[in-house]
Amino acid sequence: MAEKKWPENWRDVNPGCIVFRPGSAREYHTGTWRALKPVWDNAKCIKCGICYIFCPEGCISADDDGYFAANLDYCKGCGICVHECWPRAIKLVAEG
Amino acid sequence: MSKRIGMEVAVAVAEAAALCRLDMVAVYPITPNTHVAEHLSDIVANGRIDAEFLTVESEHSALSAVVGASGTGARTFTATSSQGLMYMAEVMPIASAMRLPIVMAIANRAIAGPLNIWNDHSDIMYQRDSGWISIFAENGQEMVDMTIQAFRIAEHRDVMLPVNVNMDGFQLTHVVEPLEMPEQSEVDKFLPAYIPYATLHPDKPVTMGAFAAPDTYNEVMKAKDTALVNSKKVVLEVWQEWEKMFGRKCEPVSSYRAEDAKVLLLTMGSMGETAEVAVDELRKQGKSVGMLKLKLWRPFPFVELKMAVKGAKVLAVMDRAVSFGGPGGPLGAEARSALYNEPDRPVVLDYIIGLGGRDMTVEDFIAIAEKAAKAEKKDMKESYEFYGVRGA
Repeated sequence: MAEKKWPENWRDVNPGCIVFRPGSAREYHTGTWRALKPVWDNAKCIKCGICYIFCPEGCISADDDGYFAANLDYCKGCGICVHECWPRAIKLVAEG
Repeated sequence: MSKRIGMEVAVAVAEAAALCRLDMVAVYPITPNTHVAEHLSDIVANGRIDAEFLTVESEHSALSAVVGASGTGARTFTATSSQGLMYMAEVMPIASAMRLPIVMAIANRAIAGPLNIWNDHSDIMYQRDSGWISIFAENGQEMVDMTIQAFRIAEHRDVMLPVNVNMDGFQLTHVVEPLEMPEQSEVDKFLPAYIPYATLHPDKPVTMGAFAAPDTYNEVMKAKDTALVNSKKVVLEVWQEWEKMFGRKCEPVSSYRAEDAKVLLLTMGSMGETAEVAVDELRKQGKSVGMLKLKLWRPFPFVELKMAVKGAKVLAVMDRAVSFGGPGGPLGAEARSALYNEPDRPVVLDYIIGLGGRDMTVEDFIAIAEKAAKAEKKDMKESYEFYGVRGA
């Protein structure tokens, strides 16, 4: 069965929405409906990692310098990281 | 040539399903569909067919199990009534969204409350928008025929949708009728082996019932609606082929003495045969009354209904369900919607009748037709009426 690109056009929807390829869920970007995104101010960040620990999506990770950032493909903008960050290094900013 | 035999209709439905080379059945018995479940269970237990009969703990499980089995490519069947159908509700639109050709016989029964085990159409009307093809049988023979036809329709590659076939609880299920039961060889000729579009198999993984985010859900719903609308073409083809093979006609809207009739009754289900007697009686008295019988509820036969009412002044719709606080009954609402843009449409009167097993006699249909005849050219004060309700 030929694999179609996920529907540009309703006519391209496979009957029953069947996906003929395993592992395609990996390509789902679950953060597409986010309204606000977290932005880190590294000047205030103490690299404690509490944002990383509390993120319910597990989408926050540290970079090579030990600062944190969210993977915006999966971040839903819930703001839990902002709430938990005691140095107040994270702010929620409206999506453009 | 098929033999003519006397058989209870619920039992006959089980026999008809058994002729369809089923792979898997899951039915949870509930009045008045119990005999379908019991008899199919007997047929499987006695080794008459090589199918799995899954005993489940509820209707929700029955339909869920059938969805799973159908996903593996099995030909599946289930049946239910009333509260059982209500309990299946969560799985109903999933079965159609997954485009699984499940066939379900529904013995129509009123839904609680108050608790009532008798016939009306309130159970299936709750499932009106579930995305299933929905067919109404008028008598036992139609129920047998439509059960077998349902597999052909459901499994057609241009359809791939579940089909429910409706029979009035008790009025049909518990009545012994003379029936022509097709031979196995005839059914085999009519209904080839099922070739699924896709199957769940570990050697070739596929995802069924995938997630759809807001950016795709709309397209999926449009595709589902189009599939259901387009299924009418296949329904008509299958019915024509059945007529050619078995000599029995099925139409989305069949008419009875409707030529030049000023007043038309519109019925669904078993009340059609009672209303026919009323039409005969009124025609004998020289009154211009005929009737239409709707057999295909979804996809709704808009064109056929428009054609069938041409020339009529009044269309009196018999609704065996209520849309509370809405336009009256679901059939009346559909008929009005179908005819709204027609320049010479008849006045559509909507009568809510026969709820929870209240008998509708020949005299009742005569009274409605006579009342409807007087309503010519002016609409009802209310858009619908509970016919025969005490205190009206």
